Amino acid sequence: MKKTLLLALAFAAPAFAAEPAAPHPGEKVYREVCQACHMADAKGAVGAGRITALAGNANLAYPEYPIGVVTGGKGPMPWFRGSLTDQQIADVIGYVRVNFGNKYKGKVTAAMVAESGVASPGRDER
Amino acid sequence: MIDTGGRAPTRREVLHAIGVMGGASLLYQAMESMGHAAETQFKGPPQLSGARPGASVLVLGAGLAGMLAAHELRNAGYKVEILEYNNRPGGRNWSLYGGDTYTELGGASQQVGFAKGNYLNPGPWRIPYHHRTLLHYCKAFGVALEPFIQLNHQALVHNSKAFGGKPQRYRELAADWDGNVAELLAKAIDNKGLDSELRAEDRDKLKEALRDWGLLDKNMRYSKGLRTSRRRGYDRPMGGGVDGAPIASTPFKFGDLLDANIGDLVAQHMENQHQTTMFQPVGGMGMIGKAFGKQVEGLVRYGAKVTKIDQSGGAVTATYTDLASGQTRTAKADYCVCTIPLGILSQIELDASAGLLAAIAAVPYSNSVKVGLEMKTRFWEDDEAIYGGISYTDQPISQISYPSGGMHSAGPGVILGAYTFGPASYRFAGLPPEERVRVALEMGSVFHPGRYKENFSNGVAVAWSRVPFTLGCCAQWNETTRKEHYQTLCAVDDRIVLAGEHASYIGCWMEGALLSSLDAITRLHKRALEA
Repeated sequence: MKKTLLLALAFAAPAFAAEPAAPHPGEKVYREVCQACHMADAKGAVGAGRITALAGNANLAYPEYPIGVVTGGKGPMPWFRGSLTDQQIADVIGYVRVNFGNKYKGKVTAAMVAESGVASPGRDER
Repeated sequence: MIDTGGRAPTRREVLHAIGVMGGASLLYQAMESMGHAAETQFKGPPQLSGARPGASVLVLGAGLAGMLAAHELRNAGYKVEILEYNNRPGGRNWSLYGGDTYTELGGASQQVGFAKGNYLNPGPWRIPYHHRTLLHYCKAFGVALEPFIQLNHQALVHNSKAFGGKPQRYRELAADWDGNVAELLAKAIDNKGLDSELRAEDRDKLKEALRDWGLLDKNMRYSKGLRTSRRRGYDRPMGGGVDGAPIASTPFKFGDLLDANIGDLVAQHMENQHQTTMFQPVGGMGMIGKAFGKQVEGLVRYGAKVTKIDQSGGAVTATYTDLASGQTRTAKADYCVCTIPLGILSQIELDASAGLLAAIAAVPYSNSVKVGLEMKTRFWEDDEAIYGGISYTDQPISQISYPSGGMHSAGPGVILGAYTFGPASYRFAGLPPEERVRVALEMGSVFHPGRYKENFSNGVAVAWSRVPFTLGCCAQWNETTRKEHYQTLCAVDDRIVLAGEHASYIGCWMEGALLSSLDAITRLHKRALEA
C-alpha cells in the first residue's frame, strides 16, 4: 500500500514528491515501468499467456540474461533500450536481483549494460 | 521550402506546399483534379467457393479477424470451428457496461457501476470513413453506426508550459496558429524570401490565398478585430437588441502557441485516420464483436486456452484447456487460421517453420491505459457547449474525450478520462485500478475545475499490459522487423496462416485485422484447392 502511494505521488508535481529515505535506485524504475506487467510483488501472472515471475527467478543469477531481455525485449515485452538509460537498466536489474526472494551477489553496472546489451532497434512505427 | 532543383515550381507543387502547411482544402482540390486518392485496399467481400467436400478449418481466436475468417470460410463450404480464450466474442473489440465484472492479470477485479446504456471502450473506439472493410461488414451484420466526434473546436487544450497552465479553446488556438503562419509567410514573400521559389504571378496568388486562409487584414497582419474573431470567437458574441453588437477577442501571442506545441495538435486532426467523417457503433464498440459473434454462433468454443499447435500428419491439431472444467482437449482440422496475438503465440508450442517462429518472437506489444469516468451530469454540454470531441493535455492522461453518443440528453455520461501513451502507460498500469481512476480524475479536473471531481460518480480502468487475452495493445513493428519478418509472418506455413492487426500495415486498427483476415483466407483457400 505504501508503495502504491509512492507511485501515485510520482504523478504529482515535483514539489509534492516526497522522497523516501535512500531507497534502492532501481526501485523507482521497477515501480514506474516493470510493475505494469510483472506486478508489484514481481510474481507475474497467467492468462491466455503468461507474464514471467521475477520473484525467485533463477534466470537472474547471471546479469547478462536480464540485460539481454530488458535491452532487446522478449515476446510481448518491448525493448527498453532508448526509453531507459543504461544506468536505469542496471539499477532496476540490480534491484530485482536482491529483492522478491532473489539474493544474487554482484553489482550490475551501466558499463555491463553497454557491454552486453542489445542495441536499440530504433524508433517504432507507432 | 519547395525543392524543384532550380526551375520554377508548378502550380501543383505550390499547392502541395500549402497543403503541408495547413491549407488542406487547396491540396484536396489539387488531388481531386487527378482523380481520388485511394484510401483502402478493400475490393468487396472475397468470392470464395468450392471448398473440397469435407475440408475443415480451425480458427484460433474469436476477435474480428478470426470471426470474419470463420464466416467467409464457412460460406465457401468449409467445416469451421473456432477456439476462443474469453467467454465472449470480439477480442479487443469490447465495451464495458454497468454490471460487468472485469478481472485483469494480477487478480484485481472491477465491478462496472455505469448507468444503463453507458460504457467504456477499452480498445478501439472510432472508425475512419475509409475503413471500408469494417464499414461493409457493419452494414452487412446490422451494426448501427453514429458519428464519432474527433475534432471539436470548443474542446480544450491544456499545456502546463503555456498560457500559465490554463486550458484554452482549440478554436482560438487553431485560428491563431493559421493566422500567424499566414502572416509570416506573407512577410517572407514581401521580404523576397520566396522569390527564388515562386514566379511573381504565383506570389501574388499565394498572398491573396493567405489573406483569406489566415484572415489577414489589409496590411497582411493577423490582428485583433471582428474579422479574426469570426473564426476564433468573440469576447462578447453577436446577439439581438441593444447589445447585439459583438466585441472582438484578442489573439494569443505566437510564442505561446509555439510553447504549447499547437502545430502538432493541429496536425493530429489532419491525419488520414482522424479525418471527418468518423463513426462509432450505437451503444458501444463491442456491438461489432457481438454482431460478428452472431454470424458465427454455434461455431465458437469459448473458454478455450490453446496450449499447443501441431501440424504433423496432414492436419492441424490444437491442444487446449477447457477453462470451465480444467480438462485438456484437442481440436483437429485440415487447416488453421491463427489470430492469437503474437506475444501470446510466442509462448505457445507451435509446430511451424523456424522463420515463422522467429517472426512471431520478433514483434513486441505496445501498452496503453484507458479510464472511463462516469459523471452524474453532462456538465461539459450543459455549461460549456462541448459536444463530443477531445480535450488534450501534456499530462500523462494525454486527453479526455466526451461521449459522442447520447448527446444533449439528460443524465449521466461517461468521459474517456485517460488514453495514455509511452512511459505514462507503464506508470498508470502499475497502479491498482482504483488508483488509476483517482489519478485520472485528478489530472482531468484541470479542464473543468469545480465540476469534474464534483460530478464524478464511478469509474473503471483498463491497462492493456494486464489484459489476460492479449498481454498488450498491438503489435509494434519497426522498419527493421518489417523487412526481416513481415512477409514470413503473413505467408501460409504448410497448413497454418496467421491473421490479425499484427499481420497488416494498419496496425492497431480493426480494419487492419479484417483486411489481414481476408487476404489470409484467400491464400489459404487457394492452397487448399491446389493441395
